[in-house]
Amino acid sequence: MNARERQSAPAAQFGQRAAAAVADAHLRKSFRGAMDFLIARRAAQFPDAGALERQRALAEQIRQYSLARLPDLLEQLERKLTENGIRVHWAEDAGEANAIIVGIARRHAAKRVVKGKSMVSEEVGLNHALEAAGIEALESDMGEYIVQLDGEKPSHIIMPAIHKTKEQIARLFAEKVPGARYTESVDELIGIGRAVLREKFMRAEIGLSGVNFAVAETGTLCLVENEGNGRMCTTVPEVHIAITGIEKVVEKLEHVPPLFGLLTRSATGQATTTYLNLISGPRKPGEKDGRNAELDGPKEVHLVLVDNGRTQAYADRQLRATLQCIRCGACMNHCPVYTRIGGHAYGTTYPGPIGEIVSPHLIGLAATHALPTASTLCGACGEVCPVKIPIPDLLIRLRGEAQHDARPGHAPLVGQGAARSALMDFVWAGWAALYTRPALYRAFAWLATRFRALTPPVQPGWTASRTPLKPAARTLREQLLERGERN
Amino acid sequence: MSCDTNRHYPEKPPAVYLFGTCLIDLFCPEAGMDTVRLLEREGIAVHFPAGQTCCGQPAYTSGFPDQARAVARSQLGLFPGPWPVVVPSGSCAGMMRHHYPKLFAGDPAQLAAAEALAERVFELSEFLLHVAKIQLQDSGRPATVALHTSCSARREMGTHRHARALLDQLPDVKLVTQEHEPECCGFGGTFSLKHPAISSAMAGDKIGALKESGAEAFVSADCGCMLNLNHTLQKRGDPFRGRHLATFLWQRTASVDEIDEIGKKTGEAP
Ligand code: SF4
Repeated sequence: MNARERQSAPAAQFGQRAAAAVADAHLRKSFRGAMDFLIARRAAQFPDAGALERQRALAEQIRQYSLARLPDLLEQLERKLTENGIRVHWAEDAGEANAIIVGIARRHAAKRVVKGKSMVSEEVGLNHALEAAGIEALESDMGEYIVQLDGEKPSHIIMPAIHKTKEQIARLFAEKVPGARYTESVDELIGIGRAVLREKFMRAEIGLSGVNFAVAETGTLCLVENEGNGRMCTTVPEVHIAITGIEKVVEKLEHVPPLFGLLTRSATGQATTTYLNLISGPRKPGEKDGRNAELDGPKEVHLVLVDNGRTQAYADRQLRATLQCIRCGACMNHCPVYTRIGGHAYGTTYPGPIGEIVSPHLIGLAATHALPTASTLCGACGEVCPVKIPIPDLLIRLRGEAQHDARPGHAPLVGQGAARSALMDFVWAGWAALYTRPALYRAFAWLATRFRALTPPVQPGWTASRTPLKPAARTLREQLLERGERN
Repeated sequence: MSCDTNRHYPEKPPAVYLFGTCLIDLFCPEAGMDTVRLLEREGIAVHFPAGQTCCGQPAYTSGFPDQARAVARSQLGLFPGPWPVVVPSGSCAGMMRHHYPKLFAGDPAQLAAAEALAERVFELSEFLLHVAKIQLQDSGRPATVALHTSCSARREMGTHRHARALLDQLPDVKLVTQEHEPECCGFGGTFSLKHPAISSAMAGDKIGALKESGAEAFVSADCGCMLNLNHTLQKRGDPFRGRHLATFLWQRTASVDEIDEIGKKTGEAP
């Protein structure tokens, strides 16, 4: 499987893709280096463990409070945004989200949409939908631009092109950017990219962005970014469309700073980003004139609020924690599995631990049941998550849901029981029968130790890279009995 | 996942229960025996309830909570006395201490028992350090070792701190730190069987880091990690090995008489 095949195959082929990725020494080295860098940057931002714990506890509370009041807050948000002149659209799934955006573009006879970074637009496959409608989607975030230029998908939610080396980008630009010459100077490469990107803002009729936090009380859309392209996308074109998941709402403006502070430091190890855009509506009459160019902005602002499976997570008390996520990416940066296989191997929009817990809701367990198993449950993700999502617990839960019918009193998840296997049911039933009957277990252990020479030389999964596990000559309990130990 | 940084420790007891764990019972009994030896030398009697089998973790983490609960329930009643339950494995200790209460959350009768048991569960290094207040007398030759603790031992039980403090009591043991020290070794229970390619890449990286640290061996408080790494090393024909913390501590601090008394060893490391 080459790199391209690896990222286009569906999530269901996770095992194959992961094995191919692991075998790619170059990929492993570059992800390891990049993740080490991000881990160190984050650590430098949190010198005081106690302070970090207090901030995480506060952030968790804010997110839990917001989710507890989600229906009310969404109503309030819609009301406020409408008052501010922002049009609100609700999309139940990816198809609806795309139809809404294509519809807006058609009304404006738009030919080009310039996009700031938005993972939700990736999630719904917006670029595809736009292209199908004859509308060009121009990525303006440097990383997104690079992966788009190469026909790829992002491999990280914060740094979409993190899998690419400087040399690969140099070759890509020389090949695909008209007039660009081959250079490995990072500054020159950024210069080439910028020149192309700047052009795009001038040509696009519509700007599209994501949203990091939507404030219900004030009707404000907060957008966190570093490159200034987000500001350009949301101010230069005549129409701005923001797209985000329904979980991104918070009640008050004062809820934003604690989350923002943890987001930037957890994500890229920055105390703050270069830009924090607070968008509160389209330009008002009289705002765009020659003297007051600063106060310009789009004539029309839309917000598309996407469900796309989020209410399924919301409906379950435990799984609801999934929606606390602020998409910082720290869980993937610290994940030893993500570090080994990179983002494309997951085959989903969101890779790494957050992808493993959110993808089953977005596209169902049938396609994603392997993802929650792609973890040693080491807990590194849960330890760094700024909003304290108990990721390992959720992984365990999803492993169960993938292999069983819904528990009484619980609605089935999409793809519930998709990984059910009669063999596994049998294995674990047998395991439980053995380990709940001490006498049976003792007999088993006695036989296993006496016939240890007959230990199978091939133990599936284990002996590929290890020698077989072989019982000891005598169990601990036998040795203790021999010593005269009695209970 | 909550690590007990502020755990309150009881006085040193006259006796403890040993929960031997299924892996130690069948694959690393020496680690269990050396645990008993260390505890007895501190004047603590060790009771080994014969009905014990497994903490239930394999089924729990594999998504078979009913089977895990059945096995866990069969363990709940095995420790009726007031004594601490010492577990020479961080991940099994973490299961009993932090996950039993979750496992029995829907069953009030069992929940009380699970919570009472969780309160009395101690990982071995934590127990030796904070409850037995052991003072080790090093009698081994100078050695350089690295410590690898399992991830659940680290994050749920703080084992890396306790084990380190114990090793620091040995003046002739130089403890070196490997690159990416907190990172997982790739075992992850059934993960190692389900995703062998990823698992073996992680084990390979861990082995590389341990060897580059300059250590002549590594010490671990978990048999799972130890089996994963040692069997990988053996497959590669590499003589580098890890030993269980209990075995390492015992061998370094046992007098010649004590070692003679033990006589023939029955356990074999790969
Ligand atoms: S799950 Fe936590 S660590 Fe991962 S992206 Fe979301 S907020 Fe960040």
